[in-house]
Amino acid sequence: MIPWTLICSNGWDGDSMGEFSQQTPINIITGFLGSGKTTLLKGLLQAPDLTDTAVLINEFGAVGLDHELVQNVTESTLLLDNGCLCCAVRGDLQGALRDLLSQRQSGQVPHFRRVVIETSGLADPAPIAYTLLTDPILQHHFRLGGIIATVDAVNGAEQLQRFPESVKQVAMADRLIVTKTDLVEPGQIDVLHKGLRRLNKSAQIVEVAEGEIQPAALLTDDMYDEAGRGREIEHWLAAEAGENALAHDHADRIHSFALTYPAPLDWTAFGIWMSMLLHRHGDNVLRIKGLLNVAGVPTPVLINGVQHIVHPPSHLPDWPGANRHSRIIFIVRDMEQATIEASLAAFNKLANPDAAPGQAA
Amino acid sequence: MCALCGVLGGRGHWTESAAAPEAFASRPEQHTRARERQARTRLVNQVLGHYGLKLNDWSGGAQVLRGRTGRTALVNNLSEMWAAADDLSRQDCDPLDPDLLERLGRR
Repeated sequence: MIPWTLICSNGWDGDSMGEFSQQTPINIITGFLGSGKTTLLKGLLQAPDLTDTAVLINEFGAVGLDHELVQNVTESTLLLDNGCLCCAVRGDLQGALRDLLSQRQSGQVPHFRRVVIETSGLADPAPIAYTLLTDPILQHHFRLGGIIATVDAVNGAEQLQRFPESVKQVAMADRLIVTKTDLVEPGQIDVLHKGLRRLNKSAQIVEVAEGEIQPAALLTDDMYDEAGRGREIEHWLAAEAGENALAHDHADRIHSFALTYPAPLDWTAFGIWMSMLLHRHGDNVLRIKGLLNVAGVPTPVLINGVQHIVHPPSHLPDWPGANRHSRIIFIVRDMEQATIEASLAAFNKLANPDAAPGQAA
Repeated sequence: MCALCGVLGGRGHWTESAAAPEAFASRPEQHTRARERQARTRLVNQVLGHYGLKLNDWSGGAQVLRGRTGRTALVNNLSEMWAAADDLSRQDCDPLDPDLLERLGRR
């Protein structure tokens, strides 16, 4: 049995249902066993910006080491003991979050402005995203924030070779935290870094030595955070621009690539295409992130999808720089860039028969 | 709700700009939900034609998808529509299918 442990910090306030960007963000911290999830979380929760954070831990055993480590930042604990995160725990997470919401509304727990879910080491983040975005109650109160994956510099490369769970965690992440960098040679980190970048072209990669405290922005910046969305887009555009030279090894089933379209995209045609793509291939489209130049819309439209689930589009108030090309980053399994590129170009031409075809970066 | 749906209840489907008013707020005023829906129906029927299907307005927000044999399905959004399209056409509707792309390229 894998119980959920809930840990809250202090503060009081009411509750509200609002726009997507105003809902309580939920961050997922994932990563392989022993990769430093809890150490990272413990450090993050010391930041003043994160004092009013509730933490849900999916741990092995009734009393786990993880619980012991983070207990010192808690004021209340709720234990729920059902299920496994990967397959059956979705209902438990749903229940835990509904309870948390109810307790916040009734004042039974201190007010929190953020939730962090620390998954078990073998967890697949996708069902969590699904739960948040589809539950008829939770979707009005919570939204998915950034997904953070820890990767152990000592064992990470081997784990990526041996464990598909680890590959999927890396592929879905918005941030990759390489831990224990003080225990390996710099060359080893470079190799791991390139391997991570092949899997995930857009994630910010942060290297951390033992005991280093990371800034709260690792959790707080995301596509829907008013203050942090600009920085978030800068991170992934910089990552994408700097890593074009990395070749896709055809032995890699999961890989990442970016498409660039100089001409504005028709939103209706794009929606038809992407909904059809995810209907047929959503199992293999692990992440889509995009900064789109939509015809008729002066500001950039942001898209963000995790497998079959697509967040409501967001936007930036202005373009980040002079480049107004649409840029879409795909992280896919067993799919080829050229095929996807040709398909999107064909669908976009439905609305713009005279438009020049797009160009892939 | 279907696991493949991706619909966020109460917001509208993500493909509809009404589901994300903040993102599309800067659009000209002449852009309306009805016009967007008409455009979507016109474009998607170019794709559905490959499978012998046609989408028409029904009532309220729903639309009806018709197959060659007269079978129909009511759908509320694109995700529901693709699932119904598979069912009515007895094919796996695939945007990466070279035959579909070749047909779209001829138009």
